[in-house]
Amino acid sequence: MSDAISLMTEAGSDGFAKVRQIGPLGMITLRAKAGTKGLRAAVKAATGCALPDQRQIITSGDCAAGWMSPDETLLILPHAGVAAALRRIDHDLKGQHHLAVDVSDARAVFRIEGPKADQVLRKLCPVDFDRLEPGELRRTRAAQVAAAFWKDDSGFSLMCFRSVAGYVGDLLHVSAQPGSEL
Amino acid sequence: MSIRLTSGGRLIDRSAPIDFTFNGKHLRGFAGDTLASALLANGQMLVGRSFKYHRPRGIVASGAEEPNALVNLGQGARAEPNQRATTTELFDGLQARSQNHWPSLEFDVGVLNNYAARLLPGGFYYKTFIHPRAAWKHLFEPIIRQTAGLGAAPKDRDADRYEQVYAFCDLLVVGGGVAGLHAALVAARAGARVWLVEQSAHWGGRAPVDGDMIDALPAADWVNATVAELAGMANVTLRARTMAAGVYDHGYVLLDERLADHTPGDGRPRHRLWRMRAARIIAATGAIERPLSFAGNDVPGVMLASALRDYLVNWAVSPGQRTVVVTNNDDAYRTAIALHQAGQTVVAVIDARDQADGALPAQARALGIRVETGKAIARVKGGKHVTGVEVCRQTGDGTISRFLACNAVAMSGGWSPVVHLYSHCGGKLIWDEAGAMFRPDAAHPPITQDGSAMVIGAGAANGALREAIADADAQVRIALKAVGIKPKKSAVPRQDLPDEAALQPVWIMPQAAGVGLRAKVWLDYQNDVKVSDVQLAAREGYGSVEHAKRYTTLGMATDQGKISNINGLAVLAEALNEPVPQVGTTTFRPPYTPVPLGALAGEARGEIFQPLRKTPMDGWHAAQGATFEPVGLWRRPYCYPRPGETPRQAVAREVKNTRQALGLLDASTLGKIIVKGPDAGRFLDMLYTNVMSSLPVGRCRYGLMCNEQGFLSDDGVMARIDDDTWLCHTTSGGADRIHGWMEDWLQCEWWDWQVFTANVTEHYAQIAVVGPNARKLLERLGGMEVSQDALPFMAWADGSLAGFGCRVYRISFSGELSYEIAVPASQGAAFWQACHDAGASLGAMPYGTEALHVMRAEKGFIMIGDETDGTVTPQDLGLDWAVSKKKADFLGKRGQERSHLTSPDRWKLVGFETLDGSVIPEGAYVIAQGSNANGQRHVQGRVTSTYRSPTLGRGIAMGLLLRGPERMGEVVSFNTVDGSTVQARVVGPVFYDRDGEKQNV
Amino acid sequence: MLLLICPYCGVAAEETELAPGGEAHLKRFGPGSSDAEFEAYLFARKNPKGVHFERWRHAYGCGKWFLAARCTATLEVFGTYPAQTSGPPDDIIDRIKARRPDWKGFA
Ligand SMILES: [Zn+2]
Repeated sequence: MSDAISLMTEAGSDGFAKVRQIGPLGMITLRAKAGTKGLRAAVKAATGCALPDQRQIITSGDCAAGWMSPDETLLILPHAGVAAALRRIDHDLKGQHHLAVDVSDARAVFRIEGPKADQVLRKLCPVDFDRLEPGELRRTRAAQVAAAFWKDDSGFSLMCFRSVAGYVGDLLHVSAQPGSEL
Repeated sequence: MSIRLTSGGRLIDRSAPIDFTFNGKHLRGFAGDTLASALLANGQMLVGRSFKYHRPRGIVASGAEEPNALVNLGQGARAEPNQRATTTELFDGLQARSQNHWPSLEFDVGVLNNYAARLLPGGFYYKTFIHPRAAWKHLFEPIIRQTAGLGAAPKDRDADRYEQVYAFCDLLVVGGGVAGLHAALVAARAGARVWLVEQSAHWGGRAPVDGDMIDALPAADWVNATVAELAGMANVTLRARTMAAGVYDHGYVLLDERLADHTPGDGRPRHRLWRMRAARIIAATGAIERPLSFAGNDVPGVMLASALRDYLVNWAVSPGQRTVVVTNNDDAYRTAIALHQAGQTVVAVIDARDQADGALPAQARALGIRVETGKAIARVKGGKHVTGVEVCRQTGDGTISRFLACNAVAMSGGWSPVVHLYSHCGGKLIWDEAGAMFRPDAAHPPITQDGSAMVIGAGAANGALREAIADADAQVRIALKAVGIKPKKSAVPRQDLPDEAALQPVWIMPQAAGVGLRAKVWLDYQNDVKVSDVQLAAREGYGSVEHAKRYTTLGMATDQGKISNINGLAVLAEALNEPVPQVGTTTFRPPYTPVPLGALAGEARGEIFQPLRKTPMDGWHAAQGATFEPVGLWRRPYCYPRPGETPRQAVAREVKNTRQALGLLDASTLGKIIVKGPDAGRFLDMLYTNVMSSLPVGRCRYGLMCNEQGFLSDDGVMARIDDDTWLCHTTSGGADRIHGWMEDWLQCEWWDWQVFTANVTEHYAQIAVVGPNARKLLERLGGMEVSQDALPFMAWADGSLAGFGCRVYRISFSGELSYEIAVPASQGAAFWQACHDAGASLGAMPYGTEALHVMRAEKGFIMIGDETDGTVTPQDLGLDWAVSKKKADFLGKRGQERSHLTSPDRWKLVGFETLDGSVIPEGAYVIAQGSNANGQRHVQGRVTSTYRSPTLGRGIAMGLLLRGPERMGEVVSFNTVDGSTVQARVVGPVFYDRDGEKQNV
Repeated sequence: MLLLICPYCGVAAEETELAPGGEAHLKRFGPGSSDAEFEAYLFARKNPKGVHFERWRHAYGCGKWFLAARCTATLEVFGTYPAQTSGPPDDIIDRIKARRPDWKGFA
């Protein structure tokens, strides 16, 4: 029963880029000031990743660690591993001021793939895609809601809040409609 | 009669005929035609009627500046009014209708306005708007509505789609003429990220039409070579059919790309709005020719000289076989020469100047064209088309010296640089005496974020009407340096241009035209503003250019006065006896030409007009046929009507069932914020009016938050999770706002406090299990101890129910035995279903927000946004018990100490029971004696929540009343919209279970 | 539409990604303050034509509040800086003085 995870609807696509919802991914918001003792080790233990620099996301297999703000790191890991990771973080950061909390189910994640994947996002995010750095985690908005995305070899991962997954999915599909390539 | 010539036309493809209709008439043009050129090719000179007098109007211009040739384009879901024929590319099946006439273009009743012109002088609208009001409403407006107006508003939903895109560049060059092309090339070769946009479908601007030579190449060849080089560069984006609508702060520019206007229904978005952010903008937007102001200058067949040349050269259309050219400059001779070379008759060139000895007049004379200097047109003869002109001396009063028969007049009063983009963000203009034109003042440019010039004029738009490329070269180098890009050294392409003599400003033709002529001299063709109207404005004291504009409506039509403004200003200056620059210009505002509303909306229409937030159980609610209501951006079930039930009946059933058996509420939208750290308790004590640091672990406490004014801002139940962790529940709409509020204080005021927050609202689905059977349901689900002893009222516990890991809060917003259970959102739907399955035999039913509201009102619980409106304190609501008197400080404490907030004369919360059991209307006020100076009744209170209570079977209400708690038992009167009153007795706000026994069992 | 650089994440954020927060460097007055002090804290704002210090939150980005020195007349931006300060930092002051020699200084 407790593993009855309700997947949000799988979105198909016949646009100029492939758009689909993935997940759920395990996600932990880890708040701690830079230089907090044990932070580097905690991130490494939970994700296998180094502590990301400003606007950076570091990936390692299924896991990733992303810079969200000067005192916030997003840890991405398999959904089933969150509870153990939280216990590990609390252990590693014992006595240090920090906050680690499961936000896996607060988020929805989309993949936008294909050679023109960037064009889908150029229509939604006020971001200079030509100047996006490799491994950059960009927090911005997609049309009218908060979003964050990062790029890899085959496309973009975009996350938003769970409640607006339907809205964001529709946005992505509308933006990817055939005939609207830039 | 305008005709298509048998040869020529650089833009048309005679092998590709295109069929279209105008007013239902089947006509044929060629690929490459605009609607205007195709209409002229078919002899259709008359294309519309003017706004006020319904005068016959023909095509005057060849581009975006056209004031007359506005048509209704398309029909049904693709109908679009006020489309300029001059910028509409012809496509197969195009349907155009002329507008602003009844019953037909040829015979129009509204033309009577023309004969009643004496009754509709300049300032007519202005004056009648002011007084007498009654005359406007009952007399003028009904008449004018019958006959006035532009195109017909489309009735169907727009069949097209639109989109917006964000773009960025180092240099945005606006205008694809030779200046813009060269500027883009210099920047591109320097490695800059360059955008070049051109509003028309063609590159090169006027140079190919005028037959210029550039670097010994015909301009068209130079243009093609330059475009080819630019197109091959990865750092360059070229966009034709893209109009820069406006320049805004910090290099933000809106570009309207017309993707499918000329290919409707091909599956592409119709328009695409580029939201460009450019480090620098080069405005190479060219110049627009000015008409000359002579009587009858609006008769169809009178055109701008450059436009006539365009039609001839670009589309092989001759607007008239016998043309008179009238000018105050050398440039218009190009039209005479082009006409002659195309085998058309130039009757004469009427030149207002006493001498015309430049290279172009000399060439014209050599071709045998008659040139008359020092002359003017006194009056154009003809009604629906030109039949001739009466010639007089320019310096005289219009005494006619001869009549020249002709069927077209090409006029040129000089050129006005297109300074719109330079001006949108405050760039200043200077008056160029020699060119009689306003041009950008480089000393006072619009400023961007680094304090330097944001927009730089180049070429004709910068006043360099002739050496446009050389000017563009200089300007683009300035622009590149400003953004830290070093341009490469290169020779400036040489433009071989014949010398031109100076123009002579001519604002009224002839100079001393009498009133009879002046009243027939049109300035603004679309809005019917004449020279005499502007002079009247000046006489009546509307000497400020902005006043004169509004008084006469000069420049206020859909063309925004592109060809009329400067002439109007000059006439105003003359009437005021002031120099033109002193009178100044009106403000240039975006958009340059109209942008469809659809493009401004972009993707935000239909389902994605705005975000719709859905809870994890939303699909279940929808499947149950719930009636939804918006709560912030969330949609929540208002109630769940069963077949045959009205929403009101459903709400009553849900309330009764919850009070008597078991109700289930999707409370997932409730805000949930984790606050953690060594200073978290201290922080929360500052944020909340009561003490939160003393809350024991495992317990819950209701708390209030105020702003610094002392007014109530949010409320919710706090849970102490562990030693340094609290979980704050906020209102449904308030999670983001309160999280931001917390972060504001932590980041900007108490940044040395060790506190972290996290908004975890959406990670959880939260279900309220409410009613006498609530505990039974939880016991059936099983997995944790939920008894009164294990989990007393206002306690919480972690555990599992039916195998779902969960956190259970023993809190109640209904007054019943109640648990709120949080599970991870991904399990919310499954857990919700499990509750319904296990609860079916316990009478479980879902209830919606309206039942929630009714039940909380029955209990006298306040609701943020109902009982509060930003001017209400906790004390006003009788919540003094939740405001600490011991704490030295909390947000709002000082504010609440202000004298008017501590006054006993505040409106305070009470309950109201209507004497007849009815429901007090929402928004009703408690009336008092007397009325104010506006005749409005004095009031002494108002209702804040009012419902029909299914539990009590009568209307109940809460509200704020002057000294309310002191007036228990008194009967007061509420007003209603129909003027009657409702009598109600003042009672306590708690209507149900006053001692709170039911929730604590 | 303004473009401001968030000093925390280095992003040049456009106005739609930001939330405005009014005048910067206000001193909070709480219990014990005089009516005049409290009134000034709540209501008195400089609203200058010219150099101004403002609060902005990178609402659609890192979520942090930062401060901006800006000319309200020309929209020139002299700089942005973190909010954890009670007055503008020296480098910002220097930049303003260089650009606006007549500026009276932060008070
Ligand atoms: Zn930021």
